[in-house]
Amino acid sequence: MVAVPGPASGPLMPQAAAAAAEMRYSWAVLRTLRAVPTLLRVGLADAVAYRAEFLVWLLSTNMPLVMLALWSAVARDGPVGRFGQEEFVAYYLAALVVRLLTGAWVIWELNFEIRQGTLSFRLLRPVHPLVAYAAENVAAVPLRLVLSLPVTLLLLWLVGGTRITHDPLLLALFPVAVAGAWLITFLAMSIVGALAFWIESATSLFEIWMGLFGVFSGYLVPLSLFPEWVATLARFLPFRYMLAFPVEMLIGMESRSQALFELGVQWLFAALLLAGASATWRLGMRRFAAYGG
Amino acid sequence: MGRYLRLLGVQFRASAAVAMQYRVDFLVEGALALFWMGWSLVPLLVVYDHRSEVAGWSFEEALVVIGWFTLMKGFLEGAVNPSLTTVVEHIRKGTLDFVLLKPADAQFLVSTAKFEPWRVIDVLGALAIFAVAFHRLGRVPAPGHVAVALALLLCATWTLYSVWILVISAAFYVVKVDNLSFLFSSIFDAARWPVSVFRGVWRLLFTVVVPLALMTTYPALALLGRLEPRTALLAVLGSASFAAFARLVWLRSIARYTSASS
Repeated sequence: MVAVPGPASGPLMPQAAAAAAEMRYSWAVLRTLRAVPTLLRVGLADAVAYRAEFLVWLLSTNMPLVMLALWSAVARDGPVGRFGQEEFVAYYLAALVVRLLTGAWVIWELNFEIRQGTLSFRLLRPVHPLVAYAAENVAAVPLRLVLSLPVTLLLLWLVGGTRITHDPLLLALFPVAVAGAWLITFLAMSIVGALAFWIESATSLFEIWMGLFGVFSGYLVPLSLFPEWVATLARFLPFRYMLAFPVEMLIGMESRSQALFELGVQWLFAALLLAGASATWRLGMRRFAAYGG
Repeated sequence: MGRYLRLLGVQFRASAAVAMQYRVDFLVEGALALFWMGWSLVPLLVVYDHRSEVAGWSFEEALVVIGWFTLMKGFLEGAVNPSLTTVVEHIRKGTLDFVLLKPADAQFLVSTAKFEPWRVIDVLGALAIFAVAFHRLGRVPAPGHVAVALALLLCATWTLYSVWILVISAAFYVVKVDNLSFLFSSIFDAARWPVSVFRGVWRLLFTVVVPLALMTTYPALALLGRLEPRTALLAVLGSASFAAFARLVWLRSIARYTSASS
């Protein structure tokens, strides 16, 4: 949509111009849809070509294992709150799986391309850059699935019978929750990344975002082990829906009605962020054009 | 030796001059450092909210480990990491030739290429954490213990630096090394916990393979006066052999370097 010039508002025939713009718009949507399979194929080929790097990236997601080791030591002499050793195993392995599946790296790419000006190449293509980035990031999911398989198997083998939810509806909705978590991650990254249109230190800002994520998503410590007010605050922030919610849903720490409600909240956050991302992007594009022109 | 000290001074002044050009960045980085310092205490506070002791470590003692962690992190991100990024750029673009041509040891030149002076905040933060920990313990560390701890600090920085030399050496083979540095940073994060918290494979990994124990747990034990002389000796020997190994690998890698332009 960015590459398509805005509605050419001819002063003489505003109606015809509007109709033409609408047609162009639906054309753009069609074209984007047609391009998506190709984009996905290219993205997958990319991910496979750099598989060693990809593996290193995934290996650096080891925080849940370290925290698991720590909490196991703590829980050795009795459970902590609702968490015994087995719950910790279930929680952190599930957290690792969710984190591996919902990873995105668009912020680094955006930041780099905006600063280096190579974003112009993307703008020349008749597909919205955000769609292209999203396709590249989604394309890595099969590889992510393969690489997180050992963790999943370990999870099922260790606590599969006892700590994974038996509710078929929740199990079926788990992929939806993961998709929502990925969307929130990706869109938040896009927004912060697009701030590079205005400020130098967008990546520093993202560091703060990651810091907040570490605490309020339950990535470091399960939210229910925090003092009550932190857990309550977390329910009003997007971070919980990026990790803790899918995890708690999977390991049966949420009732069906509660999980359904939170799923709604999650997708509401995703929708809000989508609006935010496209607005930031549109405003940023003006800045970028000003730079280049 | 004197020549290298002078060189170090020159390199440091150059970095400081560059850093002074970006004063706003200074503030942002400083604020971020403070933010992370406070944030890194969160898991600790939660754990000790539920328990008064974990794997034989009281809250105050674990706080001392966090102090060392903050110190080492400051060293890592202020003195080691920036240089590493520069070298990787050099290798990728083939401009390492200009460094190799200079009449000084290449390893010295590349490892002092860039500093981030603002990381001094981390050092101050670490001192503050030590102060709080010992205030809560109600005692002052004995001078002898401080001396041992400082000696181990030297070993710790040297080991951390050696790990990085190994990572840089890998850059000669795989070029895109920023991922590796990211991986190491993520592993290094585990150093905020006393190593005795970990068991089995993890303990082995963090003591011998990636000697995190040497970087934070042992100096903390020394400062608390709980370190056995035998462990201290082993730590010194271990870090010395690790450094020698890193130097050897570096020399081999640099011999293999062919300029990217040729």
